[in-house]
Amino acid sequence: MKAPAFRYHAPRSIAEAVALMSTLENARVLAGGQSLMPMMNLRVAGPDHLVDLGRIAELNGIAEDEHGLRIGAMTSQRAIEKSLLVATICPLLAEAIAHVGHQQTRNRGTIGGSLCHLDPGAELPVVAAALDIMLTAAGPTGSREIAFRDFPADYLTSSLEPEEILTHIHVPRQPPRSGSAFLEFNRRPADFAILSVATTLTLDEAGRIARVAIAVGGASYRPMRLDAAEAALTGQLPNAEALADAAAIAGTLPCDGDDLYPADYKQDLCAVLVRRTLTIAASRAQENAHV
Amino acid sequence: MTELPKTQADPHLRWIGRNAPRVEDDVLLRGGATFLDDIAMPEALEATFVRAPVAHGLIRGMRLEAARALPGVNAVLAFADLRAVLTTDRIPLALPAGGLRFDVDPPCLAIGEVCYVGEPVVLIVANSRRIAEDAAALVELDIEPLPAVVDPVAGLEPGSPKARLDTPDNLVARTKVDYGDIAAAFEGPAHLVRETFRLNKGGGHPMEPRGVLARYDALEDRLTIWDSTQMPHRAKAMLVASLGLSEHQVRVVTPDVGGGFGTKAVFHPEELAIPAAAMLLQRPIKWVEDRFESFTASIGERDQVWTVEAAFETDGRLRGIRGHLRYDHGAATPYGIALPFNAATNLIGPYVLPAYRMDIDLCLTNKTPAAPTRGAGRPQGTFVMERLLDRAAAGLNIARDEIRRRNMIVPAQMPYTIPVKQRDGSMMVYDSGDYPQCQSKALDVAGWQDFPERQAKARAEGHYIGLGLANYVEATGRGPFESVGISIGPSGKVVVSSGATAQGQGVKTMLAQVVADVLGLEPASIHVVVGDTSATASGLGAYASRQAVTAGNAAFAAATMLVDKARKAAAELLEAAEADVEIHNGMLQVKGVPGHGRSLQQIARALAGTPGFALPGNLPPGLSAASDFMTSGLSYTNGCHLAEVEVDPETGGVKLNRYVVVHDCGRMINPMMVEGQILGGVVHGIGMTLFEWMRYDAEGQPLTVTFADYLLPTSDVVPRVEIYHLESPTPLNPLGVKGAAESGTIGAPSAIVSGIEDALRHLNVRIDTLPLTPPQLRRLVRAGART
Repeated sequence: MKAPAFRYHAPRSIAEAVALMSTLENARVLAGGQSLMPMMNLRVAGPDHLVDLGRIAELNGIAEDEHGLRIGAMTSQRAIEKSLLVATICPLLAEAIAHVGHQQTRNRGTIGGSLCHLDPGAELPVVAAALDIMLTAAGPTGSREIAFRDFPADYLTSSLEPEEILTHIHVPRQPPRSGSAFLEFNRRPADFAILSVATTLTLDEAGRIARVAIAVGGASYRPMRLDAAEAALTGQLPNAEALADAAAIAGTLPCDGDDLYPADYKQDLCAVLVRRTLTIAASRAQENAHV
Repeated sequence: MTELPKTQADPHLRWIGRNAPRVEDDVLLRGGATFLDDIAMPEALEATFVRAPVAHGLIRGMRLEAARALPGVNAVLAFADLRAVLTTDRIPLALPAGGLRFDVDPPCLAIGEVCYVGEPVVLIVANSRRIAEDAAALVELDIEPLPAVVDPVAGLEPGSPKARLDTPDNLVARTKVDYGDIAAAFEGPAHLVRETFRLNKGGGHPMEPRGVLARYDALEDRLTIWDSTQMPHRAKAMLVASLGLSEHQVRVVTPDVGGGFGTKAVFHPEELAIPAAAMLLQRPIKWVEDRFESFTASIGERDQVWTVEAAFETDGRLRGIRGHLRYDHGAATPYGIALPFNAATNLIGPYVLPAYRMDIDLCLTNKTPAAPTRGAGRPQGTFVMERLLDRAAAGLNIARDEIRRRNMIVPAQMPYTIPVKQRDGSMMVYDSGDYPQCQSKALDVAGWQDFPERQAKARAEGHYIGLGLANYVEATGRGPFESVGISIGPSGKVVVSSGATAQGQGVKTMLAQVVADVLGLEPASIHVVVGDTSATASGLGAYASRQAVTAGNAAFAAATMLVDKARKAAAELLEAAEADVEIHNGMLQVKGVPGHGRSLQQIARALAGTPGFALPGNLPPGLSAASDFMTSGLSYTNGCHLAEVEVDPETGGVKLNRYVVVHDCGRMINPMMVEGQILGGVVHGIGMTLFEWMRYDAEGQPLTVTFADYLLPTSDVVPRVEIYHLESPTPLNPLGVKGAAESGTIGAPSAIVSGIEDALRHLNVRIDTLPLTPPQLRRLVRAGART
């Protein structure tokens, strides 16, 4: 469990980092290192070059803009967890990030690292899917915007080009009369989720569901949006019956299973967690509607 | 036997029974400990092993040239290379055991055939571990795969493939436990319970994995091995035999050890391969196991399949139990048949079992060899008995506590003999204990009587809580002996040396406390040397919850002998009658004349001798004493565990809300350390019940080789464990102590599972497999909801 030899690079700007990624053979970006370093020590990953983004100041920080939040990709998960701005503007992100690993790993782990690594049990990609967040990536020809729904390409693989670097995450502001909830099921609190659900829901003035987003992690290589359940809920009052109907739809989501966690078990979890997150999100939306 | 002085009569009885701070902790907490990997030896090379990538196969060839050519690589060694310094092909590990049909001693590197994933095949020695791993990636093994045996039931079927080609078949041992008229027990009207239980493999998983550093000194023709082991004297014996050296040429030292839990008790192939290579290359070599190796190459256990039936009277009293235990022994027999025998005998527990017949088959499989891990088979046996009692209680409509009470051995029956022969040839005898009181106290503490009311109230609020109950015994203090020497030289320092070994459980404190108690000194002033074969000629070490019993009593006897000698010398020096001399705070003084005395240091100086002068009283030289405590039988610790759980029937999730242990290990030398042992044991038992599972696929590939996949119970999932004590001193040793190291593990699975079944009683959920995963529980809930 000793990593093979590699060269370490510590660029000071995005341009320098992109230049390195464009010229080096078999290079990997190092963000917080909470997944990559164990993979290297296990010799599952063997890059010849590591490009550490930790010294690029412009990649770090949380700022409010007209749409919501603009978060630097290298912002630590712990900083997001402790941010009042995040708690106010995007309570779903604040709620979910407390489930990411341990406090010690959140001190090092970054939001961008987690989104790019795309572990099926990770929490942040599920939030990103529920919120339809936008990402900014920098490459040799400049920056481009990527909708999160287009971001996952394969198991543990994003759609970034090899020489591209994720620079910013744009998180939308939670609208009025809205509520959200994040729940996951795992064996121990700090583990990757066996299944996780992020739900956000907005009521209209009559108290009916104007908009709802339900994202499920752990069912597939990428977070899945429950389009059918969302459609069934839209226009409904968020009563127990409607939520149960949506949960029943959620229970039919095709899930990747294995001997330990079979697909039908994950479907059970999906139905339960969808019902529970919808219940919490609706109740929070109703509270927010009355304020 | 020396009589233990009464507390009030003897002013020196100040340390036994106290929560003395541990003498180990200062250096551990300051980060100053020296674990194997901390030993500074810049000239040492580092090693890694190329291990079998398949569970079973024939080695048709290996290409080592590319690895040998890599810069920084010193040697790439296969078995044939090491054979030059070995006396035999196989490590002579075999323990004598009646039921063994043949022994399977492992070689230090595979010879021709590989029999489990992780078996060492090639040893690479390089300037650094990193380079060694680079070289390992260049080794090409040409292995012809053979069918793998992965299940102890299928492996014993006629026509099963063989797990090893060098054995007649997979049935490595067949034995039984058999007493009473079992046929009669099942005749006539009886309440019958029939079950199959499947218990899966786990491990010890010490935080510090195994490790060996070997240095051969050609000038002195001596080999020194620093070994993270629980049994340095046994390691030395294996090295002496395998390397053809004499005893004076081999020294085994254990540095600070970061946990053992059984994993480091058995001598593993690497412990020979590294010293052999150090001799061959004449260079010091260090190998520190990494976590992948720890999962695949370190022993583990717990795989057992039981088919059992129990006959009960209609009032709930046991008539008899019979059945068949099939046990997955892995690919070798490093520790005889101890595990299934412990399991089968510990099934009996604190209960009167009039007739018992358990047929035991040990199956070789293509998995890492099995050897005792904390509990050593006993949690499994206890699990079977406690499940059978819960089943019968439900079937006969008797409360779970009541059916146990009706079957319990009572104090008036002590010592209680069970006609089962143990491995030392003696009968199984429970020496002491009050089992009914232990259960009764646990029920009171946990609020057993009021629980149904709380349960109903919680249920009304949508919470499914349950309270589980389990009783057990543990045979502790296994012999044959342990030795302790105490010497005080002219420096006045008290040095205690023992064949006992320390892995973090507080053995040094235990020995210091016992000696301090007799000498009237502070434990912190006593220097304890354990785990060094050059400091103690003979010893056994850490296994079977034994060191307080064996080494503790040896220390007590040696300290008492030392004081006797000091008293004789002091009487001479003080010109007083021996009977008038007493020891107080390390001073030998004349009774009633405080201040008129000699310190232990002064006596040690006098007994060190002065050229030409006589020794005081013509006593033999030196202020020292040594004692070997030889056991006369096993002392039985017992306990009752209650686990309060909450189950989420929709997810299969289980949460432990509360955990109560009432424990009786006789007299406690240091209750705080006893509680540490119990707590750690309970945590291991929680792991075995809900989390820990060493999984393999159908080809014998291990599936859980990181702590992301093999789940240990973390502090998030462990409730506060409330521990209470009874103290029934054993008559088998002067201190009255029994062991406590494994006990916590034994009761936990039964108590937790009983609690889960209680929470889901309305669904008639019956659990027969460990560990219990959320999907399995969810499946049981679904099945229960359908009926």
